[in-house]
Amino acid sequence: MTHLGGIYEVVLALLFAIAAGLVGSFALMKRMVLAGDVISHVALPGIGLAFLFHFNPLLGGAATLLVGTLLIWQLQKSTGLAVDAMIGVVFAGSLAIGALLTPQQDLVEALFGSYQSLSLPAFLIGIAASLLIILSILRFKDHLLLSLFSPEMARATSIRLDRLNLGYLLLFSLTVLVGLRFLGALLAGALIILPAATGRRLATHVSQFLFCTCAASLISVIVGLLVTHLFLPSHSPGPVIVIISALLFLVASLRKVEA
Amino acid sequence: MDPAATPLLSVNSLSVSFGSRHVIQNLSFEIERGENLAIVGPNGSGKTVLLRTLLGMLPHTGSIRWASGVKLGYVPQSVAADLQLPIFAADLLAAKARILKVPQDAIARAAAATATTPDMLTSRIGTLSGGQFQKILITFALLGDPDVLLVDEPTASLDELAEEHIYELLDRLRRERNLTVLLISHELSVIYQRATRVLCLSKNNPCFGKPQEILTPENLAEVYSSQPEFFHHLHNHAERPR
Repeated sequence: MTHLGGIYEVVLALLFAIAAGLVGSFALMKRMVLAGDVISHVALPGIGLAFLFHFNPLLGGAATLLVGTLLIWQLQKSTGLAVDAMIGVVFAGSLAIGALLTPQQDLVEALFGSYQSLSLPAFLIGIAASLLIILSILRFKDHLLLSLFSPEMARATSIRLDRLNLGYLLLFSLTVLVGLRFLGALLAGALIILPAATGRRLATHVSQFLFCTCAASLISVIVGLLVTHLFLPSHSPGPVIVIISALLFLVASLRKVEA
Repeated sequence: MDPAATPLLSVNSLSVSFGSRHVIQNLSFEIERGENLAIVGPNGSGKTVLLRTLLGMLPHTGSIRWASGVKLGYVPQSVAADLQLPIFAADLLAAKARILKVPQDAIARAAAATATTPDMLTSRIGTLSGGQFQKILITFALLGDPDVLLVDEPTASLDELAEEHIYELLDRLRRERNLTVLLISHELSVIYQRATRVLCLSKNNPCFGKPQEILTPENLAEVYSSQPEFFHHLHNHAERPR
Protein backbone atom coordinates (compact mmCIF):
# COMPACT_ATOMS: atom_id res chain seq x y z
CA MET A 1 0.00 0.00 0.00
CA THR A 2 0.98 3.65 -0.30
CA HIS A 3 0.87 6.04 2.60
CA LEU A 4 -2.46 7.41 1.43
CA GLY A 5 -3.64 4.10 0.14
CA GLY A 6 -6.07 3.18 2.88
CA ILE A 7 -9.13 5.25 3.61
CA TYR A 8 -9.19 3.60 7.06
CA GLU A 9 -5.74 4.90 7.92
CA VAL A 10 -6.51 8.43 6.74
CA VAL A 11 -9.85 8.65 8.57
CA LEU A 12 -8.30 7.32 11.76
CA ALA A 13 -5.33 9.70 11.48
CA LEU A 14 -7.67 12.69 11.11
CA LEU A 15 -9.85 11.69 14.06
CA PHE A 16 -6.71 11.09 16.12
CA ALA A 17 -5.49 14.58 15.21
CA ILE A 18 -8.65 16.12 16.70
CA ALA A 19 -8.45 13.89 19.79
CA ALA A 20 -4.79 14.79 20.36
CA GLY A 21 -5.59 18.49 19.89
CA LEU A 22 -8.35 18.46 22.51
CA VAL A 23 -6.36 16.40 25.02
CA GLY A 24 -3.25 18.52 24.37
CA SER A 25 -5.12 21.80 24.95
CA PHE A 26 -6.05 20.76 28.46
CA ALA A 27 -2.64 19.17 29.05
CA LEU A 28 -1.05 22.54 28.27
CA MET A 29 -3.43 24.39 30.60
CA LYS A 30 -2.80 21.78 33.32
CA ARG A 31 0.98 22.20 32.74
CA MET A 32 1.47 18.52 31.92
CA VAL A 33 2.21 18.56 28.19
CA LEU A 34 5.47 16.70 28.60
CA ALA A 35 3.52 13.88 30.19
CA GLY A 36 2.49 12.86 26.67
CA ASP A 37 6.04 12.04 25.70
CA VAL A 38 6.68 10.32 28.95
CA ILE A 39 3.44 8.34 29.18
CA SER A 40 4.00 6.98 25.68
CA HIS A 41 7.07 5.16 26.98
CA VAL A 42 4.99 3.41 29.61
CA ALA A 43 3.62 1.36 26.70
CA LEU A 44 7.07 0.03 25.85
CA PRO A 45 7.19 -3.00 28.20
CA GLY A 46 3.85 -4.21 26.78
CA ILE A 47 5.03 -3.69 23.21
CA GLY A 48 8.24 -5.57 24.05
CA LEU A 49 6.29 -8.49 25.49
CA ALA A 50 4.03 -8.51 22.41
CA PHE A 51 7.04 -8.76 20.08
CA LEU A 52 8.54 -11.54 22.24
CA PHE A 53 5.36 -13.61 22.37
CA HIS A 54 3.98 -12.66 18.95
CA PHE A 55 0.72 -10.95 19.79
CA ASN A 56 -0.59 -7.54 18.73
CA PRO A 57 1.85 -4.88 20.06
CA LEU A 58 -1.02 -2.43 20.60
CA LEU A 59 -2.69 -4.86 22.98
CA GLY A 60 0.52 -5.15 24.97
CA GLY A 61 0.97 -1.36 24.93
CA ALA A 62 -2.64 -0.85 26.04
CA ALA A 63 -2.23 -3.22 28.98
CA THR A 64 0.90 -1.57 30.35
CA LEU A 65 -0.48 1.92 29.68
CA LEU A 66 -3.60 1.11 31.69
CA VAL A 67 -1.59 -0.32 34.57
CA GLY A 68 0.87 2.60 34.39
CA THR A 69 -1.92 5.20 34.37
CA LEU A 70 -3.66 3.67 37.38
CA LEU A 71 -0.30 3.46 39.14
CA ILE A 72 0.42 7.15 38.43
CA TRP A 73 -3.03 8.18 39.71
CA GLN A 74 -2.75 6.06 42.85
CA LEU A 75 0.82 7.18 43.62
CA GLN A 76 -0.15 10.81 43.14
CA LYS A 77 -3.10 10.40 45.52
CA SER A 78 -1.16 8.56 48.19
CA THR A 79 2.05 10.61 48.11
CA GLY A 80 0.51 14.02 47.41
CA LEU A 81 3.31 14.74 44.92
CA ALA A 82 2.60 16.47 41.60
CA VAL A 83 1.27 14.25 38.84
CA ASP A 84 4.27 14.97 36.59
CA ALA A 85 6.65 13.67 39.28
CA MET A 86 4.65 10.44 39.47
CA ILE A 87 4.60 10.13 35.69
CA GLY A 88 8.39 10.53 35.74
CA VAL A 89 8.78 7.72 38.29
CA VAL A 90 6.61 5.28 36.33
CA PHE A 91 8.20 6.35 33.05
CA ALA A 92 11.76 5.66 34.16
CA GLY A 93 10.89 2.14 35.28
CA SER A 94 8.82 1.38 32.18
CA LEU A 95 11.45 2.62 29.75
CA ALA A 96 14.12 0.43 31.32
CA ILE A 97 11.90 -2.66 31.33
CA GLY A 98 10.74 -1.93 27.75
CA ALA A 99 14.28 -1.55 26.45
CA LEU A 100 15.24 -4.88 28.02
CA LEU A 101 12.18 -6.74 26.72
CA THR A 102 11.89 -5.37 23.19
CA PRO A 103 14.00 -7.27 20.65
CA GLN A 104 16.62 -4.97 19.12
CA GLN A 105 15.26 -5.23 15.59
CA ASP A 106 11.75 -4.28 16.71
CA LEU A 107 12.80 -1.40 18.94
CA VAL A 108 12.92 1.13 16.09
CA GLU A 109 9.38 0.25 15.03
CA ALA A 110 8.15 0.47 18.62
CA LEU A 111 9.78 3.86 19.08
CA PHE A 112 8.96 5.43 15.72
CA GLY A 113 5.81 3.59 14.67
CA SER A 114 4.82 1.96 11.47
CA TYR A 115 2.06 2.66 9.02
CA GLN A 116 0.87 -0.74 7.96
CA SER A 117 -2.66 -1.20 6.66
CA LEU A 118 -5.37 -1.58 9.26
CA SER A 119 -7.76 -4.49 9.53
CA LEU A 120 -11.45 -3.56 9.82
CA PRO A 121 -11.66 -4.50 13.53
CA ALA A 122 -8.50 -2.51 14.31
CA PHE A 123 -9.92 0.45 12.37
CA LEU A 124 -13.23 0.26 14.22
CA ILE A 125 -11.49 0.06 17.60
CA GLY A 126 -9.31 3.05 16.67
CA ILE A 127 -12.35 5.05 15.54
CA ALA A 128 -14.28 4.15 18.69
CA ALA A 129 -11.33 5.15 20.89
CA SER A 130 -10.84 8.46 19.06
CA LEU A 131 -14.55 9.31 19.23
CA LEU A 132 -14.62 8.40 22.92
CA ILE A 133 -11.73 10.80 23.56
CA ILE A 134 -13.26 13.63 21.52
CA LEU A 135 -16.77 13.30 22.96
CA SER A 136 -15.52 12.88 26.54
CA ILE A 137 -13.34 15.98 26.38
CA LEU A 138 -16.16 18.02 24.83
CA ARG A 139 -18.62 16.69 27.44
CA PHE A 140 -16.32 17.49 30.37
CA LYS A 141 -14.50 20.57 29.10
CA ASP A 142 -16.26 22.82 31.62
CA HIS A 143 -15.33 20.49 34.49
CA LEU A 144 -11.71 20.35 33.28
CA LEU A 145 -11.51 24.12 32.91
CA LEU A 146 -12.77 24.81 36.43
CA SER A 147 -10.59 22.10 38.00
CA LEU A 148 -7.41 23.43 36.42
CA PHE A 149 -8.35 27.01 37.34
CA SER A 150 -9.00 26.23 41.00
CA PRO A 151 -9.57 22.74 42.41
CA GLU A 152 -11.38 24.30 45.39
CA MET A 153 -13.79 26.29 43.22
CA ALA A 154 -14.39 23.15 41.16
CA ARG A 155 -15.09 21.12 44.29
CA ALA A 156 -17.55 23.76 45.53
CA THR A 157 -19.27 23.34 42.14
CA SER A 158 -19.81 19.64 43.05
CA ILE A 159 -17.10 18.36 40.70
CA ARG A 160 -15.60 15.04 41.83
CA LEU A 161 -11.94 15.90 41.32
CA ASP A 162 -10.62 12.37 41.90
CA ARG A 163 -12.79 10.87 39.20
CA LEU A 164 -12.19 13.76 36.83
CA ASN A 165 -8.40 13.50 37.18
CA LEU A 166 -8.45 9.74 36.66
CA GLY A 167 -10.78 10.08 33.68
CA TYR A 168 -8.52 12.69 32.09
CA LEU A 169 -5.38 10.57 32.69
CA LEU A 170 -7.09 7.57 31.07
CA LEU A 171 -8.16 9.65 28.06
CA PHE A 172 -4.61 11.00 27.84
CA SER A 173 -3.18 7.47 27.82
CA LEU A 174 -5.77 6.32 25.30
CA THR A 175 -4.75 9.19 23.02
CA VAL A 176 -1.12 8.15 23.30
CA LEU A 177 -2.11 4.56 22.57
CA VAL A 178 -4.00 5.45 19.38
CA GLY A 179 -1.05 7.65 18.39
CA LEU A 180 1.37 4.75 18.90
CA ARG A 181 -0.28 3.01 15.96
CA PHE A 182 1.26 5.29 13.39
CA LEU A 183 3.56 7.69 15.24
CA GLY A 184 5.41 5.34 17.59
CA ALA A 185 6.29 5.73 21.26
CA LEU A 186 8.74 8.58 20.73
CA LEU A 187 6.39 10.73 18.67
CA ALA A 188 2.92 9.94 20.04
CA GLY A 189 3.37 12.56 22.74
CA ALA A 190 4.60 15.14 20.26
CA LEU A 191 1.19 15.56 18.65
CA ILE A 192 -0.22 16.31 22.08
CA ILE A 193 2.35 19.03 22.79
CA LEU A 194 3.05 20.84 19.52
CA PRO A 195 -0.43 21.77 18.22
CA ALA A 196 -1.44 22.90 21.73
CA ALA A 197 1.60 25.20 21.86
CA THR A 198 0.62 26.57 18.45
CA GLY A 199 -2.99 27.07 19.53
CA ARG A 200 -1.84 28.86 22.67
CA ARG A 201 0.13 31.35 20.54
CA LEU A 202 -2.85 32.09 18.30
CA ALA A 203 -5.89 32.08 20.61
CA THR A 204 -7.30 34.78 22.82
CA HIS A 205 -9.97 32.76 24.61
CA VAL A 206 -10.67 29.15 25.56
CA SER A 207 -12.95 27.95 22.75
CA GLN A 208 -10.70 29.62 20.18
CA PHE A 209 -7.73 27.87 21.81
CA LEU A 210 -9.38 24.44 21.44
CA PHE A 211 -10.29 25.22 17.82
CA CYS A 212 -6.81 26.51 16.86
CA THR A 213 -5.13 23.50 18.50
CA CYS A 214 -7.34 21.01 16.66
CA ALA A 215 -6.82 22.90 13.39
CA ALA A 216 -3.01 22.87 13.85
CA SER A 217 -3.13 19.16 14.63
CA LEU A 218 -5.30 18.37 11.58
CA ILE A 219 -3.08 20.44 9.26
CA SER A 220 0.03 18.64 10.59
CA VAL A 221 -1.47 15.21 9.92
CA ILE A 222 -2.89 16.07 6.47
CA VAL A 223 0.28 17.81 5.24
CA GLY A 224 2.47 15.15 6.88
CA LEU A 225 0.62 12.32 5.12
CA LEU A 226 0.73 14.15 1.78
CA VAL A 227 4.44 14.98 2.03
CA THR A 228 5.29 11.40 2.98
CA HIS A 229 3.14 10.05 0.15
CA LEU A 230 4.60 12.38 -2.49
CA PHE A 231 8.25 12.66 -1.47
CA LEU A 232 9.17 10.01 1.10
CA PRO A 233 7.13 6.92 0.15
CA SER A 234 9.52 4.51 1.88
CA HIS A 235 9.28 6.32 5.24
CA SER A 236 6.80 6.17 8.09
CA PRO A 237 4.77 9.41 8.20
CA GLY A 238 5.20 9.91 11.99
CA PRO A 239 8.40 11.98 11.93
CA VAL A 240 7.12 14.08 8.99
CA ILE A 241 3.85 14.85 10.80
CA VAL A 242 5.78 15.95 13.86
CA ILE A 243 8.16 18.11 11.80
CA ILE A 244 5.21 19.84 10.09
CA SER A 245 3.67 20.41 13.51
CA ALA A 246 6.91 21.97 14.78
CA LEU A 247 7.07 24.21 11.70
CA LEU A 248 3.50 25.40 12.34
CA PHE A 249 4.53 26.33 15.87
CA LEU A 250 7.51 28.28 14.54
CA VAL A 251 5.22 30.22 12.19
CA ALA A 252 2.72 30.87 15.00
CA SER A 253 5.47 32.07 17.29
CA LEU A 254 6.30 34.85 14.81
CA ARG A 255 2.90 36.39 15.56
CA LYS A 256 2.98 39.26 18.00
CA VAL A 257 0.80 38.63 21.03
CA GLU A 258 -0.98 41.36 23.00
CA ALA A 259 0.60 41.99 26.37
CA MET B 1 -37.41 18.83 64.07
CA ASP B 2 -37.40 22.51 63.15
CA PRO B 3 -34.78 22.92 60.39
CA ALA B 4 -34.03 26.42 61.64
CA ALA B 5 -32.97 24.94 64.99
CA THR B 6 -30.48 22.56 63.34
CA PRO B 7 -26.96 23.97 63.13
CA LEU B 8 -25.95 24.85 59.59
CA LEU B 9 -22.58 23.24 60.20
CA SER B 10 -21.55 20.90 62.95
CA VAL B 11 -17.88 19.90 63.24
CA ASN B 12 -16.98 17.27 65.79
CA SER B 13 -13.50 16.07 66.84
CA LEU B 14 -12.07 16.98 63.45
CA SER B 15 -8.42 16.06 62.87
CA VAL B 16 -6.42 16.45 59.67
CA SER B 17 -2.88 15.14 59.24
CA PHE B 18 -0.33 15.04 56.44
CA GLY B 19 1.82 12.03 57.24
CA SER B 20 3.13 12.55 60.76
CA ARG B 21 2.27 16.28 60.75
CA HIS B 22 -0.99 16.99 62.59
CA VAL B 23 -2.39 20.23 61.17
CA ILE B 24 -5.81 20.21 62.84
CA GLN B 25 -6.41 18.24 66.02
CA ASN B 26 -9.68 17.43 67.72
CA LEU B 27 -11.53 20.56 66.57
CA SER B 28 -15.23 20.98 67.36
CA PHE B 29 -17.61 23.89 66.68
CA GLU B 30 -21.08 24.65 65.37
CA ILE B 31 -22.45 27.58 63.42
CA GLU B 32 -25.98 28.74 62.70
CA ARG B 33 -27.49 30.13 59.52
CA GLY B 34 -26.66 33.74 58.74
CA GLU B 35 -23.54 33.84 60.89
CA ASN B 36 -20.32 35.52 59.88
CA LEU B 37 -17.55 33.29 61.20
CA ALA B 38 -14.03 34.67 61.14
CA ILE B 39 -11.24 32.09 61.16
CA VAL B 40 -7.96 33.40 62.55
CA GLY B 41 -4.64 31.91 63.51
CA PRO B 42 -0.93 32.13 62.75
CA ASN B 43 0.55 30.92 59.47
CA GLY B 44 0.51 27.14 59.31
CA SER B 45 -2.27 26.80 61.86
CA GLY B 46 -4.53 25.06 59.30
CA LYS B 47 -6.99 27.79 58.26
CA THR B 48 -6.94 26.98 54.54
CA VAL B 49 -6.70 23.26 55.35
CA LEU B 50 -9.90 23.64 57.38
CA LEU B 51 -11.78 25.25 54.48
CA ARG B 52 -10.53 22.58 52.05
CA THR B 53 -11.60 19.88 54.51
CA LEU B 54 -15.04 21.47 54.85
CA LEU B 55 -15.29 21.29 51.06
CA GLY B 56 -14.64 17.54 51.25
CA MET B 57 -11.22 17.70 49.61
CA LEU B 58 -9.00 16.28 52.33
CA PRO B 59 -9.05 13.01 54.27
CA HIS B 60 -9.85 13.51 57.94
CA THR B 61 -11.11 11.88 61.09
CA GLY B 62 -14.08 13.13 63.11
CA SER B 63 -17.27 14.39 61.54
CA ILE B 64 -18.38 17.34 59.40
CA ARG B 65 -22.15 17.71 59.07
CA TRP B 66 -23.66 20.34 56.81
CA ALA B 67 -27.45 20.85 57.09
CA SER B 68 -29.16 18.99 54.28
CA GLY B 69 -29.38 20.71 50.90
CA VAL B 70 -26.78 23.35 51.75
CA LYS B 71 -25.00 24.80 48.71
CA LEU B 72 -21.45 26.06 49.07
CA GLY B 73 -19.58 28.83 47.26
CA TYR B 74 -15.81 29.20 47.60
CA VAL B 75 -13.63 32.28 47.15
CA PRO B 76 -9.96 31.21 47.05
CA GLN B 77 -6.97 33.26 48.13
CA SER B 78 -5.21 32.38 44.89
CA VAL B 79 -5.89 30.13 41.93
CA ALA B 80 -3.91 27.23 40.51
CA ALA B 81 -4.02 28.29 36.87
CA ASP B 82 -1.42 30.29 34.98
CA LEU B 83 -3.14 33.69 34.72
CA GLN B 84 -1.64 34.25 31.28
CA LEU B 85 -3.82 31.50 29.83
CA PRO B 86 -6.48 32.66 27.35
CA ILE B 87 -9.29 32.41 29.92
CA PHE B 88 -11.96 35.11 30.33
CA ALA B 89 -14.02 35.51 33.47
CA ALA B 90 -17.06 34.93 31.27
CA ASP B 91 -15.63 31.50 30.28
CA LEU B 92 -15.47 30.42 33.93
CA LEU B 93 -18.92 31.71 34.80
CA ALA B 94 -20.50 30.14 31.71
CA ALA B 95 -18.77 26.82 32.54
CA LYS B 96 -20.17 26.85 36.07
CA ALA B 97 -23.66 27.83 34.84
CA ARG B 98 -23.65 24.87 32.42
CA ILE B 99 -22.44 22.42 35.08
CA LEU B 100 -25.07 23.55 37.60
CA LYS B 101 -27.68 23.83 34.82
CA VAL B 102 -28.64 27.35 35.87
CA PRO B 103 -29.82 29.75 33.15
CA GLN B 104 -27.19 31.98 31.60
CA ASP B 105 -29.02 35.10 32.85
CA ALA B 106 -28.06 34.00 36.38
CA ILE B 107 -24.55 35.15 35.43
CA ALA B 108 -25.82 38.69 34.85
CA ARG B 109 -27.61 38.64 38.21
CA ALA B 110 -24.52 37.40 40.08
CA ALA B 111 -22.38 40.01 38.30
CA ALA B 112 -24.86 42.77 39.18
CA ALA B 113 -24.76 41.73 42.86
CA THR B 114 -21.01 42.32 42.98
CA ALA B 115 -21.01 45.37 40.65
CA THR B 116 -18.90 43.41 38.16
CA THR B 117 -18.95 45.28 34.86
CA PRO B 118 -19.31 43.63 31.42
CA ASP B 119 -15.78 44.68 30.46
CA MET B 120 -14.38 42.78 33.47
CA LEU B 121 -16.24 39.68 32.29
CA THR B 122 -14.77 39.94 28.81
CA SER B 123 -11.21 40.65 29.93
CA ARG B 124 -8.56 37.97 30.14
CA ILE B 125 -8.20 37.06 33.82
CA GLY B 126 -4.50 37.94 33.79
CA THR B 127 -5.28 41.57 32.88
CA LEU B 128 -7.66 42.24 35.79
CA SER B 129 -6.58 44.30 38.82
CA GLY B 130 -6.48 42.58 42.23
CA GLY B 131 -9.82 44.09 43.25
CA GLN B 132 -11.48 43.22 39.95
CA PHE B 133 -10.17 39.66 40.18
CA GLN B 134 -11.61 39.26 43.69
CA LYS B 135 -14.99 40.54 42.44
CA ILE B 136 -14.92 37.93 39.69
CA LEU B 137 -14.12 35.19 42.22
CA ILE B 138 -17.00 36.35 44.45
CA THR B 139 -19.34 36.52 41.42
CA PHE B 140 -18.30 32.96 40.57
CA ALA B 141 -19.02 31.83 44.13
CA LEU B 142 -22.46 33.52 44.09
CA LEU B 143 -23.54 31.87 40.85
CA GLY B 144 -25.99 29.10 41.70
CA ASP B 145 -27.26 30.94 44.81
CA PRO B 146 -25.19 29.25 47.54
CA ASP B 147 -26.26 29.32 51.21
CA VAL B 148 -22.68 29.50 52.46
CA LEU B 149 -19.60 31.36 51.26
CA LEU B 150 -16.18 30.02 52.27
CA VAL B 151 -13.76 32.90 51.78
CA ASP B 152 -9.98 32.48 52.08
CA GLU B 153 -8.19 35.79 52.79
CA PRO B 154 -9.97 37.77 50.09
CA THR B 155 -7.86 40.89 50.52
CA ALA B 156 -4.37 39.39 50.86
CA SER B 157 -3.03 41.22 47.80
CA LEU B 158 -5.18 44.38 47.86
CA ASP B 159 -4.56 47.96 48.95
CA GLU B 160 -6.59 49.35 51.85
CA LEU B 161 -9.30 50.98 49.75
CA ALA B 162 -9.92 47.86 47.66
CA GLU B 163 -9.81 45.81 50.85
CA GLU B 164 -12.56 47.90 52.43
CA HIS B 165 -14.69 47.56 49.27
CA ILE B 166 -14.40 43.77 49.32
CA TYR B 167 -15.34 43.48 53.00
CA GLU B 168 -18.29 45.84 52.49
CA LEU B 169 -19.39 43.80 49.49
CA LEU B 170 -19.23 40.53 51.46
CA ASP B 171 -21.16 42.10 54.33
CA ARG B 172 -23.87 43.47 52.04
CA LEU B 173 -24.24 40.12 50.25
CA ARG B 174 -24.54 38.33 53.57
CA ARG B 175 -27.36 40.62 54.68
CA GLU B 176 -29.20 40.75 51.35
CA ARG B 177 -29.00 37.03 50.61
CA ASN B 178 -29.06 35.70 54.15
CA LEU B 179 -25.71 34.06 53.47
CA THR B 180 -23.56 32.38 56.04
CA VAL B 181 -19.93 33.40 55.63
CA LEU B 182 -16.81 31.56 56.82
CA LEU B 183 -13.98 33.99 56.34
CA ILE B 184 -10.25 33.59 56.88
CA SER B 185 -8.80 36.97 57.73
CA HIS B 186 -5.87 38.58 59.50
CA GLU B 187 -7.70 41.91 59.80
CA LEU B 188 -8.71 42.08 63.44
CA SER B 189 -10.42 45.45 63.08
CA VAL B 190 -12.65 43.96 60.36
CA ILE B 191 -13.38 40.93 62.49
CA TYR B 192 -14.32 43.13 65.45
CA GLN B 193 -16.73 45.12 63.31
CA ARG B 194 -18.31 42.40 61.21
CA ALA B 195 -17.86 38.85 62.59
CA THR B 196 -20.53 37.21 64.75
CA ARG B 197 -18.17 34.41 65.84
CA VAL B 198 -14.46 33.80 65.79
CA LEU B 199 -12.69 30.48 65.44
CA CYS B 200 -9.12 30.80 66.54
CA LEU B 201 -6.87 28.00 65.33
CA SER B 202 -3.73 27.21 67.21
CA LYS B 203 -1.87 24.02 67.94
CA ASN B 204 -2.13 24.36 71.69
CA ASN B 205 -5.42 26.03 72.31
CA PRO B 206 -8.04 26.39 69.56
CA CYS B 207 -10.93 28.57 70.71
CA PHE B 208 -14.37 29.53 69.47
CA GLY B 209 -16.80 32.23 70.54
CA LYS B 210 -17.87 35.85 70.12
CA PRO B 211 -15.16 38.29 68.92
CA GLN B 212 -14.97 40.17 72.22
CA GLU B 213 -14.53 36.89 74.13
CA ILE B 214 -11.92 35.42 71.82
CA LEU B 215 -9.83 38.36 70.68
CA THR B 216 -8.50 39.27 74.09
CA PRO B 217 -4.81 40.17 74.49
CA GLU B 218 -4.33 37.03 76.62
CA ASN B 219 -5.82 34.71 74.02
CA LEU B 220 -3.90 36.38 71.21
CA ALA B 221 -0.67 36.08 73.15
CA GLU B 222 -1.34 32.38 73.58
CA VAL B 223 -2.32 31.77 69.95
CA TYR B 224 0.44 33.84 68.36
CA SER B 225 3.11 33.00 70.91
CA SER B 226 5.49 31.79 68.24
CA GLN B 227 5.08 34.99 66.21
CA PRO B 228 5.73 37.95 68.53
CA GLU B 229 5.77 40.57 65.75
CA PHE B 230 2.47 39.41 64.38
CA PHE B 231 0.98 39.32 67.85
CA HIS B 232 2.04 42.94 68.35
CA HIS B 233 0.18 43.94 65.18
CA LEU B 234 -2.93 42.04 66.21
CA HIS B 235 -2.70 43.29 69.75
CA ASN B 236 -2.82 46.90 68.54
CA HIS B 237 -5.91 46.13 66.51
CA ALA B 238 -7.52 44.27 69.37
CA GLU B 239 -7.08 47.23 71.67
CA ARG B 240 -9.00 49.52 69.33
CA PRO B 241 -12.25 50.82 70.84
CA ARG B 242 -15.23 49.37 69.03
